[in-house]
Amino acid sequence: MSSTSKRLRKLVAAGATVTTAALALAGCGARAGDDTAGAGSSAAASCVDTSGDTIKLGFLNSLTGGMAISEKTVSNVLHMAADEINAGGGLLGKKIEYVQEDGATDWPTFAEKTEKLLTQDCVAAIFGGWTSSSRKAVKPVVEKLNGLFFYPVQYEGLESSPNIYYTGATTNQQIIPAMDFLASKGVKTLFLAGSDYVFPRTANAIIKLYAAKLGIKIVGEEYVPLDKDDWTSQVAKIAAAKPDFIFNTINGSSNVGFIKAYYDAGLTPAKTPIISVSIAEEEAPAMGHEVTGNYASWNYFQSLKTATNPKFIQSWKAYPKSSGVTSDPMEAAYISLYLYKALVEAAGSFDVNAVNAAAKKNTITFDAPEGKVTLDGENHHISKPGHIGRINADNQFDIVWASDKFIEPDPYLEGYDWFPADIRKQLTDAAG
Amino acid sequence: MDALIPQLLNGSAQGALLLLAALGLSLTFGQMGVINMAHGEFLMIGAFSAYLVQQVIAASDLSIPVALPVAFVVAGLFGLLLEVTIIRWMYRRPLDTLLVTVGVGLILQQAALQIFPSQGVPVEKPSWLDGQLTILGYAWPMRQLFTILLAAVCVAALSAWLKYTSFGRRIRATVHNRDLAETTGISTRTIDRLTFFVGSGLAGVAGVAASLIGGTNSQMGAQYIIPAFLVVAAGGIGQLKGTILAAWAVGVALAFFAYWTTGSLAQVLAFILVIVFLQLRPQGLFTVRTRSLA
Repeated sequence: MSSTSKRLRKLVAAGATVTTAALALAGCGARAGDDTAGAGSSAAASCVDTSGDTIKLGFLNSLTGGMAISEKTVSNVLHMAADEINAGGGLLGKKIEYVQEDGATDWPTFAEKTEKLLTQDCVAAIFGGWTSSSRKAVKPVVEKLNGLFFYPVQYEGLESSPNIYYTGATTNQQIIPAMDFLASKGVKTLFLAGSDYVFPRTANAIIKLYAAKLGIKIVGEEYVPLDKDDWTSQVAKIAAAKPDFIFNTINGSSNVGFIKAYYDAGLTPAKTPIISVSIAEEEAPAMGHEVTGNYASWNYFQSLKTATNPKFIQSWKAYPKSSGVTSDPMEAAYISLYLYKALVEAAGSFDVNAVNAAAKKNTITFDAPEGKVTLDGENHHISKPGHIGRINADNQFDIVWASDKFIEPDPYLEGYDWFPADIRKQLTDAAG
Repeated sequence: MDALIPQLLNGSAQGALLLLAALGLSLTFGQMGVINMAHGEFLMIGAFSAYLVQQVIAASDLSIPVALPVAFVVAGLFGLLLEVTIIRWMYRRPLDTLLVTVGVGLILQQAALQIFPSQGVPVEKPSWLDGQLTILGYAWPMRQLFTILLAAVCVAALSAWLKYTSFGRRIRATVHNRDLAETTGISTRTIDRLTFFVGSGLAGVAGVAASLIGGTNSQMGAQYIIPAFLVVAAGGIGQLKGTILAAWAVGVALAFFAYWTTGSLAQVLAFILVIVFLQLRPQGLFTVRTRSLA
């Protein structure tokens, strides 16, 4: 029975693709004469129901498996944002009705659920994902079915898709500001420590190029698998190399083991500080006092003094499924739903092509907790302020550095002369 | 070769943690033939017990010594519950216990995720484990010395228990020949339960040690379960001394490979070694001579 229904689903999906393609072709033909007709027919091709007084959205987060540690909070903050938007009148007057799916820390499941959300639940857009692997699993599906996916986590860049909006930082909004901060501190030697997967490898490739330009010497580079906590052997190498600073691209629970081994080896923030790109307000408490005094590079911190941040913090603390603190990925997830609201309002429609056309005007903004962000209609990323925070005893971050203005997203680092085209191609191909 | 001695110590500490995780398995898998994939989650239960003890006793200097027996009992009781409700219906069906306990492990992981902060909780190291002890000119982190000492104490206690108490003798009798043990009036049911309690309790103790080294969260058990099984298999099933030697060898191999190559490659190389060894010597380092037909 299950195999029959699977085959049926495949047939339906294949049928939908053919119809979409045919209508898209028809749309292209019509566009010369009448643009709105083209957009309209494409909306008919997707099965999104816009006739009632609700609109369906899909939330796709890992609620089970290893990544549930991080993605559960993103799912909860999306629910909060949906409730807020509904209380304020909804999207184009329609209440959001969300379908929550579990990606289960399994990348094929992410692809499968995306297809299900788009073809069976007929959602207007999907929000979620955390790991780059999950995003890369979703990408071909949303591109094939012409859906929309909003991705809320900082990542390694070198990607853009007409069907994905990225509300977390790309490398020039997190990695490069961190390097600028190190240069401003007069750092001469740097050690790179990361988990062994695509984000740290790509980030470190970029760091090495920029370090050469800044005159910072890389004195070592170490990777440990994501699922391994023991960093003692690698920390021994760091202690022997005596760097001015450690650039930490470790992700997940492995960070706890790294910080403990660092502390045990007698390394201290006074002599060998760490700058991290994945330790935020949510992660710091699990590391105890041993992480205090080190640095992190993010766009958003709970301690930011902006006009909209107090309300965001207050709403989250009052929310029943709250974890108590706000953090960068949560804020980016919060932005993603409001960015979609701004997009459909500008487009006056839930149609994917109309939404993308509205984005192209480069006028979509949102007064986010990190400040007023602007959507880049070409690469589908948003402008962000760079901030460096220092972890205090309450596991909050004291802001010690800020970029002088909002940083425009540049996922392919095309505006940086030290980033050669052949390496861009090599890294883009490797990230596949 | 300046790194030789520190890495030897580091490897011994890694081996000691592996041994703590494998000790319980050497009882439940080695002696009873139960493949308990939820053993890693019992380790997690031990770590969370340490966190809960720290919520009651704020001073971490005192809380860790208290947490060790508490974790032993709490994880042991979970093990007992698993034995009474599920495992006892499945003796002599190792593949079924494997599948069922994978499921139990997933349920325990998800329960921890629902109960505790999803990113995990901090277990604070007592101040007497801070810093390093300088012996023979080398700085030895106190935490590593503690792990080694804890493993040594657990091994000594376990082997003394197996060797000198009447319970220990009955366990050994049951392992060597279950049917004959029963005919001499030993309640193998009671023995099975007790063995499972102690084996799971040891995972709890390992959990406290692990909470001082890495993160305490719902996923922590996963990284110990496979290496622990490999160590038990390489040591020779049902052999305590084999488990000890194998754990130490794997720990030292991991430390040196990680120092000479990379953290990722070290795992691969260390486990290739174990697999090659098992190909050459499938029965493991040491074997038990039994008169049983199985």
